[in-house]
Amino acid sequence: MLLRVNKATTSKFLLRRRPTFEKLVDIGFKNFVFAMASMVAVVLFSIFAVVYYESTESISRYGLRFIFSSAWNPVTDEYGAFTAIYGTLFTSIASLLIAIPLGVGTAIFITENIIPKYIRDVIGIMVELLAAIPSVVLGLWAVFIMEPFIRPILRIVYKLFSFIPFFGTEPLGAGMMPAILILVVMILPIITSISKDSLNQVPSNLRQAAYGVGATRWTTIFTVIIPAAISGITGGVLLALGRAMGETMAVTMIIGNSNNFSWSIFAPSYTISSMLANQFGEADGSQVSSLMYAALILMVLTLMVNVFAQWIVKKLSLKYR
Amino acid sequence: MKPYPHKKLTYNPSLTRNIGNKILTFTSAFFAAISVLPLLLVISYVLIKGGSYINFETLILEPEPPGDDLLSAGGIGPAITGTFIMSGIASIISIPVGVGGGIYLAEYSKSGRFAKFVRFGSNVLAGVPSIIAGVFIYAIIVSTKILFGSMFSGIAGGISLSILMLPTIIKTTDEALKLVPDNLRRAAFGVGASKFTMISNITLPAAFSSISTGILLALARAAGETAPLIFTALFSRYYITSFDDLFYEMGSLSVLIYNFALEPYESQNQLAWAASFILVVVLLSLNILSRWINTLGAFSKNKV
Repeated sequence: MLLRVNKATTSKFLLRRRPTFEKLVDIGFKNFVFAMASMVAVVLFSIFAVVYYESTESISRYGLRFIFSSAWNPVTDEYGAFTAIYGTLFTSIASLLIAIPLGVGTAIFITENIIPKYIRDVIGIMVELLAAIPSVVLGLWAVFIMEPFIRPILRIVYKLFSFIPFFGTEPLGAGMMPAILILVVMILPIITSISKDSLNQVPSNLRQAAYGVGATRWTTIFTVIIPAAISGITGGVLLALGRAMGETMAVTMIIGNSNNFSWSIFAPSYTISSMLANQFGEADGSQVSSLMYAALILMVLTLMVNVFAQWIVKKLSLKYR
Repeated sequence: MKPYPHKKLTYNPSLTRNIGNKILTFTSAFFAAISVLPLLLVISYVLIKGGSYINFETLILEPEPPGDDLLSAGGIGPAITGTFIMSGIASIISIPVGVGGGIYLAEYSKSGRFAKFVRFGSNVLAGVPSIIAGVFIYAIIVSTKILFGSMFSGIAGGISLSILMLPTIIKTTDEALKLVPDNLRRAAFGVGASKFTMISNITLPAAFSSISTGILLALARAAGETAPLIFTALFSRYYITSFDDLFYEMGSLSVLIYNFALEPYESQNQLAWAASFILVVVLLSLNILSRWINTLGAFSKNKV
């Protein structure tokens, strides 16, 4: 229905169309933010495309042999990344095994009402600030303070258990074990803060119900709280695994950078990222292509872990809604 | 019939379940203590050991080449300016892209297929190891000499840092805008605002503090990164003196720590400790500042 207005009001309240300029700004802005959002996709795809393209030479030359050979000889142009891949997987999984009980235990401690809240908040903030310390500073600390401190302890382990291949060489400074320990320090804040968030989100009804039927605090934690928060905890653990696999600087400074394969965790070793950090600057020719191949393997590994993390959070979080 | 004839209703500390409870509580307290320990150790070593090497000359001099002069290693001045310049370049690139992308996700395409993909992609990008960003920028900018024929440059370093900042900024912008109540949007449309006016005058200001928290956290992460810089910006011992110097190698605090920590000379190692003092103090203050801004934001949301 048309509004019937007399002349006097028309001149005052003219039905105003939006000016062309304003419309253009609106459309332009929408296209601008769309382009900005697409940048994420563009960057992600081009990272994969560029790394894949640069490594094609090595992929066609070595194929899967690259993964199972530990030869790394720029003189004869023979490359294989087994030591680095083993080092990446071993250091990250070993550090995860140490960091999960520590991180989840800390998260439980600061979400339960065992001690006053302000002390728990301080602990929580301190653990999160640990994540703010750059990895190169942790590496510096590991090289000059931590490694000399733990070396006598590792020596004792070596003397007692040197018949086990994992402890088979004498600890002489840089090696896999200090690298694992510094990785624990780096991933602890991730596991703790994500576990803390998901433990906090468990509805308090569940806890009260468990207490009501006579469960103790820790029975409640193990049978009710942790199962309810398991999606977040698993997601945090997987994110930490991805971070540990890609971590570069601290590991490069302390792992010893040797391509000789050894079962011993006291011997110098390599990870893919430390190999890249060490050799990429001076590499040329087919060495660059082999390093790119190693980088591609690292990317695929971290991608799988991250996608799996996102999937598992979605899958498990439906349970308690 | 008497229920529970032999059991008292008072707390009995010698029961197995109560003992087990205590043991587990102490274990978790012990784990918490272990988790806090590294922060205390690292901070105290960096502050005490690094702080003891800080003086005016360390802050402004250029570093000497290792081994030249065993008594003095110069200072970390160019590295400090380099870190600031490269973080600045990274912010100039990643803030518009990140905030723009976040606006698109939250305001234009809340649950479209493309938005879902971009959210997934930025999570994946956040998980890409930082050294891969360096390798990528090396391959497309450094080795192709696409930036006016320069190879290693501060600009290339800044671009590689921006890749690391991007996912955090997109995610925090997206989440901050989603928390703005829809009533505000409807009210703005109701009085005839266009979508651009609505976003720029209503939702962005309402989400401003959360977005700046995200930007500061991303900046703090980028400023401490080393891996993307070691083969994009490389390292330089000299101050930049002109605009052109942006297209040449540039030093940064983190690369200085990496390079000088592995030198066999005591004076270079001291410089690395001094640099880590500056870096840790700056990054921890950025973190604390961002937390403070976030608490301010909670207040302003009530006002809205």
